Amino acid sequence: MSEATNPSAATPLIEVRDLVKHFGPVVALNGVSMKVRPGEVLCLLGDNGAGKSTLIKTLSGVHKPTSGTFLVDGRPVSFSTPRDALDAGIATVYQDLAMVPLTSIARNFFMGREPMRGVGPFKFLDLAFAERVAREEMKKIGIDVRDPSQAVGTLSGGERQCVAIARAVYFGAKVLILDEPTSALGVAQTSMVLKYVHQVRARGLGVIFITHNVRHAYAVGNTFTVLNRGRTLGTYEKAAIGIEELQNLMAGDKELQLLSDDLGGMV
Amino acid sequence: MAENSTVVAAGRPADERLQKQSGLRKLLSRPELGAIAGTVLVFLFFGATAHGTGMFAADGIMNWITVTAQLTIIATGAALLMVGGEFDLSVGSMIGFAGMMIAIPTVYFGWPVWASVVFAFCGALLIGFLNGLIVVRTRLPSFIVTLASLYILRGMTIALSILFANRTIVSGVKNFAGDSIVVPLFSGKAFQGLFVWMANAGIIGKLPNGQPSVQGIPAVVIWAFVIALIGHIVLTRTRFGNWIFGAGGDANAARNVGVPVARVKITLFMVTAFCATVYATCQVMEFGSAAADRGVLKEFEAIIAAVIGGCLLTGGYGSVVGAFFGALIFGVVQMGILFTGAPNDWFQVFLGLMLLTAVLFNSYIRRRATGER
Ligand SMILES: Nc1ncnc2c1ncn2[C@@H]1O[C@H](COP(=O)(O)OP(=O)(O)O)[C@@H](O)[C@H]1O
Ligand SMILES: [Mg+2]
Repeated sequence: MSEATNPSAATPLIEVRDLVKHFGPVVALNGVSMKVRPGEVLCLLGDNGAGKSTLIKTLSGVHKPTSGTFLVDGRPVSFSTPRDALDAGIATVYQDLAMVPLTSIARNFFMGREPMRGVGPFKFLDLAFAERVAREEMKKIGIDVRDPSQAVGTLSGGERQCVAIARAVYFGAKVLILDEPTSALGVAQTSMVLKYVHQVRARGLGVIFITHNVRHAYAVGNTFTVLNRGRTLGTYEKAAIGIEELQNLMAGDKELQLLSDDLGGMV
Repeated sequence: MAENSTVVAAGRPADERLQKQSGLRKLLSRPELGAIAGTVLVFLFFGATAHGTGMFAADGIMNWITVTAQLTIIATGAALLMVGGEFDLSVGSMIGFAGMMIAIPTVYFGWPVWASVVFAFCGALLIGFLNGLIVVRTRLPSFIVTLASLYILRGMTIALSILFANRTIVSGVKNFAGDSIVVPLFSGKAFQGLFVWMANAGIIGKLPNGQPSVQGIPAVVIWAFVIALIGHIVLTRTRFGNWIFGAGGDANAARNVGVPVARVKITLFMVTAFCATVYATCQVMEFGSAAADRGVLKEFEAIIAAVIGGCLLTGGYGSVVGAFFGALIFGVVQMGILFTGAPNDWFQVFLGLMLLTAVLFNSYIRRRATGER
């Protein structure tokens, strides 16, 4: 098992070393190390409670680490709000919390970063611009939005995830964190999102992709970091590990594998 | 979900769905649609039944316009707050309390009336700020927090009135107000020349003493117009307005993209308190007194107008224009019942039915707008 250190690669966009996070008596992260480079999809795998959500919430400025090193572009950072992380180019797309369903696609696209026009105190939303950009950006990823003023709720789950990703990319994210973006989606919707993740990677962004589903991870990932009980179990290049092996690691023990064998490879 | 998976191939648009809906849906997804339809119905009804009662003569019109305007002032605040995902049940008590904050310093402390009015506005904004702060800090439902404010403020209004005036009304503000600018600002009549001209030209009627039947546009109408207009522009055309939709539609999602949700909500509570104080000041200047029961149940009228106007109780959807039409329906029906001589009790029955219809209609529209998801 080779550690994922490619000496020729660029400075990691994000790197954490020995990250520890306590919630009072609860040790959520107990020494996690990982990094993500431009053009890389890092899949973060691990069982429930392994600390995946805590890790990405720390990366995205929701939590402050108790101790450990957190570098962005090689420089140590300390975020106090999600806004700080956004400004540093780290955008997070949460599974259900990405969009305001009753609000229009265009307004959602620019939520928090509204385009304005006018002078002095008379600055108003440039809705025409917002609608045009939202339509264009959606078109780039193959979703034809006839009417960007329609509510986001009218989009399918996969389309919503894609709008959220497109928005992050449009606003210059360097690192995209996707927290279980496919867990609520059907097959076709999932492949739509995975395809888009692949596109984003090709544009040189770093992606941190959290999932339970090893097959989804294997489809888009270059590197796999497995968490277990708040620790890094290991980091593996795609070439160095098979899907079966990854599945076993993620389960953390052999029981699931045994069960899987019993059920004829169903799990 | 399953149905969508079959319709939408990976990366392919589902435009055949969007295409056929967009025209009708665009119209249907306007929050104020129901209220406008309701307004038309109400006018048709009273146009037929109140014909010849004077409801549609100049003074009759000014009558229901004034009622509409009063309600529009507080309904604008209520609508903005509801879109922002919260309620303020303390609006009515705030009206009573703001009245006392004007009357007591003026009558008993010898303050100039303008200073009392400024004091009342500052006090109200502070109370609105506290309401908002408690809601965002505790994450308790604003329903409960402002229900507490409803009782606290009403109780203080009565107690202070008894303490200073020894009864539940503090009168005599007019004697102290003199010719202060505040009086015409909140209770004057605008465009008086125009109305004299209209009376002389025979467009509107004259009173026996030769005065026009309507002397001018009451200040409260101008206030309502300005507040509703600003509220509408802020909600639909500004960054803050977009944040209101975000904060009310999904506070977490909005927070995740950097919207300062707490600040937005606190500001909106201050806006409802501000609107209540405008309402209160107009009343105090008109009657020359503050009474402990002023504004009772007004919070519900404001919320009803907002809901009839298309605001969802769950937040994230609604409009100030709709709230205005909600207030108009309210004013026309209330005065129409008076003009037609129908028993006033029916007003409440009508109001309840109207509210129920509006809520059913809104939830239907909401399901349409979000594609039944
Ligand atoms: N805000 C919190 N307060 C206390 N404990 C927490 C908090 N967030 C997470 N934890 C704990 O940290 C551990 C890791 O959780 P989490 O990061 O959500 O795991 P995962 O996302 O991998 O399922 C769990 O034991 C969880 O109970
Ligand atoms: Mg999790």
